[in-house]
Amino acid sequence: MRFALMIYHTPEEFDLRKKDYSDPHLGAWRAYYKALVEAGVYVGADALEVPETGTTVRVKEGKRRVQDGPYADTKEQLAGFIILELPSVDAALEWAARCPGASIGAVEVRPLAPEALQKGFTG
Amino acid sequence: MNGVNQEDTHRTIERVARESYGRLVAYLSVQTHDLASAEDGLSNALVSALNHWPHEGVPKNPEAWLLTAARHSLIDAIRHQRVVSESEPTLKFLTESSMETSVSTQFPDERLKLLFACAHPAIDPAMHTPLMLQTVLGLDAARIGQAFLIAPKTMGQRLFRAKTKICSGGIPFEIPQERDLPERLDAVLEAIYAAFGLGWDDMAGTDQRGRNLAEEAMWLARVLLQLMPGQAEVQGLLALMLHCEARRPTRRGPGGRYVPLSEQDPKRWSLPLIEEAEHHLSEAFKQGRAGRFQLEAAIQSVHAERARTGRTEWPAIACFYQQLVRISPALGTRTGYAAAVAEADGLEAGLAVLESIDPVAVSHYQPYWAVRAHILQRLGRTREAADAYDRAIGLAEDPAVREFLLQKRPKSDS
Repeated sequence: MRFALMIYHTPEEFDLRKKDYSDPHLGAWRAYYKALVEAGVYVGADALEVPETGTTVRVKEGKRRVQDGPYADTKEQLAGFIILELPSVDAALEWAARCPGASIGAVEVRPLAPEALQKGFTG
Repeated sequence: MNGVNQEDTHRTIERVARESYGRLVAYLSVQTHDLASAEDGLSNALVSALNHWPHEGVPKNPEAWLLTAARHSLIDAIRHQRVVSESEPTLKFLTESSMETSVSTQFPDERLKLLFACAHPAIDPAMHTPLMLQTVLGLDAARIGQAFLIAPKTMGQRLFRAKTKICSGGIPFEIPQERDLPERLDAVLEAIYAAFGLGWDDMAGTDQRGRNLAEEAMWLARVLLQLMPGQAEVQGLLALMLHCEARRPTRRGPGGRYVPLSEQDPKRWSLPLIEEAEHHLSEAFKQGRAGRFQLEAAIQSVHAERARTGRTEWPAIACFYQQLVRISPALGTRTGYAAAVAEADGLEAGLAVLESIDPVAVSHYQPYWAVRAHILQRLGRTREAADAYDRAIGLAEDPAVREFLLQKRPKSDS
């Protein structure tokens, strides 16, 4: 089964990205990535730019609405995601708990939709 | 009724619930063979107590009061069911014994049978501890899920399924025969120790709700010892947990910093707890049947000696681990053995023990990588050490442990 670990950061944690490459905080992320790969569960991942760089678009009654910033105005914002191949949701929660992002912000675990549904999207 | 008294009553109810919960659930479920209903009945009784006691005062025998109320609730529930005839024997028991307890307040302690039912081999071993925590201690699914890192709803469903299995799958509420006892008792001890481990890991104090699971586990072990005096492994388990508990205050430094055992100040370990642990361990050893928990307690006992002698007798620890690996070759045991061998016989020897462990099995096991990193670093194999540190850091869940390892990791590469 594939699971998405969606990582939510607080503004303070986004600020940590400005630190230099040898900062221990980044070391923790590097180590986590290494552990995922070595355990053979890693499928893919990506980090997002800070929320202020986002733009939200809606089309309502034929009219475009374009807004600065992210979709939801909350303290914790989506910062990135990791896709893992795991036997169960229990295993996914374990990896979520080990994620450095879980001890500052939050990590949401969600199964990817079954392939049949994905086929419906992609044809 | 003023606020202070209300608060007192609440506290009394909490205390009675805490002390009697398992006894009452055990007594009711052993008779009716229906764990879920027994719990429902008792929780209704507790709600009823919260409504009545503040006005009428706390009854002289709160436990008997709760038992009677729980019985009434169970009788009501059964009468509401359609097939009353099938429940006839249960109903008979409930009404009859409800007459009795109004006279006599004594009822047998059936918690042992309940513990054995919870750790029955027909129930998924992963559910043994959650079942015990719920049925004997009355913890709710959300709190148990928290400790086990499982969503509250999922934990609730799993608990429900396990209880249904006990109820309909004919799992007996009984103390096993002599022949099966060691193995069955081991499952009970394992489940209690698992609860302790969860509480032990929960150092950061994320569990805000009252007592820590480690304390609950020690309480369960004390109950078990009281019910089965003279079982060496039960005393061994209690000794093991007491030794660990004695060091709790020294496991964290200023700002929540992680402090490894070797750097803890033994003067700050709790002497009364160590003494109590030693008492149980020597009582257990007198019986001449060293089991897994006694050996683990013995290892902790050697560590505790440092409070007196100022040094750690590593060869003794390695020797106990060697015996332990023979009877229980779990990953944790073998990793501990490797660490002890590294101190007693040299780093290379310790590393050799680590290398004899299946590499696939350790890909998710954090302590293995932490021990490996530490040994490699002291051997001067910096690159490999950095690699092992990364694995240990990446697998760590506790931010304080992560921080500690990040600081120890050699800076040279990457």
